[in-house]
Amino acid sequence: MPRDLVLTTTVNGEPVRKLIPANRSLLDFLREDLGLTGSKHGCDVGDCGACTVHLDGQPRLSCITLAAEAMDREVRTIEGVADGTLLHPVQEALHRHVGAQCGYCTPGIVMTLTALIDDAGDTPIDDDMLREALGANICRCTGYTKILAAAHDALRSGDSQSGKAAGEIG
Amino acid sequence: MTAPPARSPLHAPAPHDSAVGHVTGAAIYTDDLCPPGTLHAAIVRSPAPTGRIRSIDTRRARQSPGVCAVLTADDIPGDPCIGPVVHDEPVLARDRVWFTGQSVAMVLAETREQARQAATLVRVELDDPGPAPILDVDGAIAADSFHTDPHRIQRGDVDRALASLPAAGGVVVSGEVRTGGQDHFYLETHCALALPEEGGTIRVISSTQHPTEVQRMAARVLGVGQHRIICEVPRMGGGFGGKESQATAPACLAALGAAHTGRPVKVWLSRHEDMASTGGRHPFLGRYRAGFDSRGRFVAFDVELFSDGGWTADLSGPVMDRALFHLDNAYFIEHARFVGRVCRTNKASSTAFRGFGGPQGIAVCEDAIRRGARALGLRPEDVRRASYYDGEATPPRDRTPYGQQVPHPRIIAMHDRLVRTSDLAARRQQIAAFNAAHRWLRRGIGLQPLKFGISFTHAILNQAGAFVVVYSDGTVQLNHGGTEMGQGLHTKMVAVCADVLGVLPGQVRIMRTSTDKVPNTSPTAASSGSDLNGQAVREAALRIRERMATVAADRLGCDRSELTWQDGMVRGPDGQSMRFADLAHACWLERVSLSATGYYATPGIAYDAAAGQGTPFFYFAYGVAVVEVEVHALTGETRLRRVDILHDVGDSLNPAIDLGQVHGGFIQGVGWLTTEEVLHDERGAARNTGPSTYKIPAIGDVPLDFRVELLDNATQPGVIGGSKAVGEPPFMLAIGVIDALEDAISSFGPGPVALSLPATPEAVLRAIHRAARRPEGRDPQGR
Repeated sequence: MPRDLVLTTTVNGEPVRKLIPANRSLLDFLREDLGLTGSKHGCDVGDCGACTVHLDGQPRLSCITLAAEAMDREVRTIEGVADGTLLHPVQEALHRHVGAQCGYCTPGIVMTLTALIDDAGDTPIDDDMLREALGANICRCTGYTKILAAAHDALRSGDSQSGKAAGEIG
Repeated sequence: MTAPPARSPLHAPAPHDSAVGHVTGAAIYTDDLCPPGTLHAAIVRSPAPTGRIRSIDTRRARQSPGVCAVLTADDIPGDPCIGPVVHDEPVLARDRVWFTGQSVAMVLAETREQARQAATLVRVELDDPGPAPILDVDGAIAADSFHTDPHRIQRGDVDRALASLPAAGGVVVSGEVRTGGQDHFYLETHCALALPEEGGTIRVISSTQHPTEVQRMAARVLGVGQHRIICEVPRMGGGFGGKESQATAPACLAALGAAHTGRPVKVWLSRHEDMASTGGRHPFLGRYRAGFDSRGRFVAFDVELFSDGGWTADLSGPVMDRALFHLDNAYFIEHARFVGRVCRTNKASSTAFRGFGGPQGIAVCEDAIRRGARALGLRPEDVRRASYYDGEATPPRDRTPYGQQVPHPRIIAMHDRLVRTSDLAARRQQIAAFNAAHRWLRRGIGLQPLKFGISFTHAILNQAGAFVVVYSDGTVQLNHGGTEMGQGLHTKMVAVCADVLGVLPGQVRIMRTSTDKVPNTSPTAASSGSDLNGQAVREAALRIRERMATVAADRLGCDRSELTWQDGMVRGPDGQSMRFADLAHACWLERVSLSATGYYATPGIAYDAAAGQGTPFFYFAYGVAVVEVEVHALTGETRLRRVDILHDVGDSLNPAIDLGQVHGGFIQGVGWLTTEEVLHDERGAARNTGPSTYKIPAIGDVPLDFRVELLDNATQPGVIGGSKAVGEPPFMLAIGVIDALEDAISSFGPGPVALSLPATPEAVLRAIHRAARRPEGRDPQGR
């Protein structure tokens, strides 16, 4: 049997300390130990993007990441993206464009796009960069068209409003 | 679209009902629920495609840490078999196994890991494998292994027509088309959670398109009345037909586990298990002879279809029926003989998948059109234009081979409009110039029309119910029999209900689909969810409004007929008004019932399968696509450059949702036809069971330029809000990709154009070599 370890980490700004099996995936830790079920099991082999979270601000596939890797680092999940009831511009745009159908891939798409925007800083993000980033997520419902439109819209609104800052809280 | 009333929620492009939940991760799916004490299931599966079960040794598994029970077929108290049409599917294998991956036993343990660990310790001993496994249509035909007798649809005299056409300047072509399987790849795999409740009741929370089927089958398996089972569906993470019949087995296993242990039991399939043990789209073989007259009209079509049904009958019979009903696509074919039969093979059972046989039938029809056009020296779209149903022709060309009238087909006007708006003629010239200037890159353009019959072809299923509750504060709970899998049904139903009651959509709360609220429902399938449930919701809401109207008329001092209901207000003719909330309270005070059921059954549908004649559809939906592709002659890679679609959804109930259905359906069809290749090994086991080896379209596969328009002024009489079904039809427009690919491939040389499906890069490369008349492995220019 795998040995246990005490994981100390920060999830959505909250310090967490838990005894977990050393082989626990970050996804199972989030879903089962913390009850944060927004991140999804899509394929469990790191190919679909439905489990995407941020680890120290970078997108990570939590299904193929050991929870232990989050030791003393910052994890952000879909539950930590909105500022209370104020949606992040990416969430708001996906909502407005009906960029989610079944919604199962949507948390992962939000995490991919928010990481891209946070990471880009002042560098403008063009269509190629968006398509490149979204290549990490698969969606079976939408044909991606409205997701892409929403992403472009989020970039525009992020430029003109303080919405981008809202996403950094949480 | 006709101008809707200014503030009606109907026809408004409202966001999805679950949209905020979707983008914040708060939307609950079945696997997100896990009450304390839940046992997790792991399924032990057959290691071989055939064989008699000698023993199932569960001893070591029972002693494994955390294991609570290991169940086999012997533990089933009721009927051991389920099945939507034929009860031929053992929930857990008895005596024999029929495919590699079949469920044999179920381990229940405290954690998922413990259950899986223990499942590896169950030993299934097989002997007497019997005859070699049958793994495809050809093997089944050779072994005379079928689920069904042939279904025939005939009209005219095909043999005579085909014999006489060549002498009259026409052509006769023959062909063989093989369409591939397809995995649904809903992002949420199969999942069910069964909760034991008091009085021997079990509540099954299931990711199913057919809660009533889960309820009915779980009751049979447990040997109890249906009143002791409740099936509830929060929402699905995609369905596409994959959860119409095949969510039932996991749900029955969960119910069995809960009944056996008295604890909550969750059955969840990993992606690998889901792809290996549940079936997808039926692979089809179509053989045909097709005749065209000198003007390019499609006049005779003799087709034999075989589908690979897998190990159980499942929905294969109705899928074949729909394939036969769509062999005509949008064309009047005077002489027709369509025969179809479902093969039985030792593989996971094929099942419903968006289009339900329609795509396979239309793919065969369009192959004949392309082949006929080449033989005549015409463009395929000219043959199509000459062959459409046309009620205004003399004599009218408006009856399908199965005898249904096609009134006022919109397809001709839609074809002409899209040819114009997509600039087809000019782009053909540009493409010819491009191809003349490029050696390795070639472009092609094609057109794809579509007529798709709407209704369950099994007439009984065309019924629906709803249950609407108004509370004394004027808020509303809406229950209906349909399930939400991402298609936006709940959003549309809220709009229908809010429109009738004249309240704001925010006042209407849609409830989880549940068999204890609306019973005896049909699956949410056949694109019919909004047509059927919408009418039932409307009727329920109207019944309540009628009762409330009496009170309102009294309070406002006017006649009931003078009332208007809008924006949460009820108004009389002279400016007097009251809040809907106050009216609801007044109704409660006056002891007026504020809840009602609604029910709807589609009128006029009947089909006689023995005669191959009838009216299986309430109406037809139409669409046209123009597709431009680019192919690379060194790699076989293809790229969608531009896609134009004009689609007929009637007066859209929600244009934002319907556009999403067109985008998503089309791209899913592109996947079926180009990137998604289902592979099996010699044991019939699925070989590509994850997204790294089974390629569904990613964002890089969508058209660079994608223009979708919904047909305007398209009211469909007799359907809720004048709308039309939209779920399945756009899928089939993707067949235009094949039209465009063959156009591009033909530019490489005068050889035969023979593109196998799916048109993966390998298949495209082979086709290019054949067209260039070069041996494979050399470049098309012969260098």
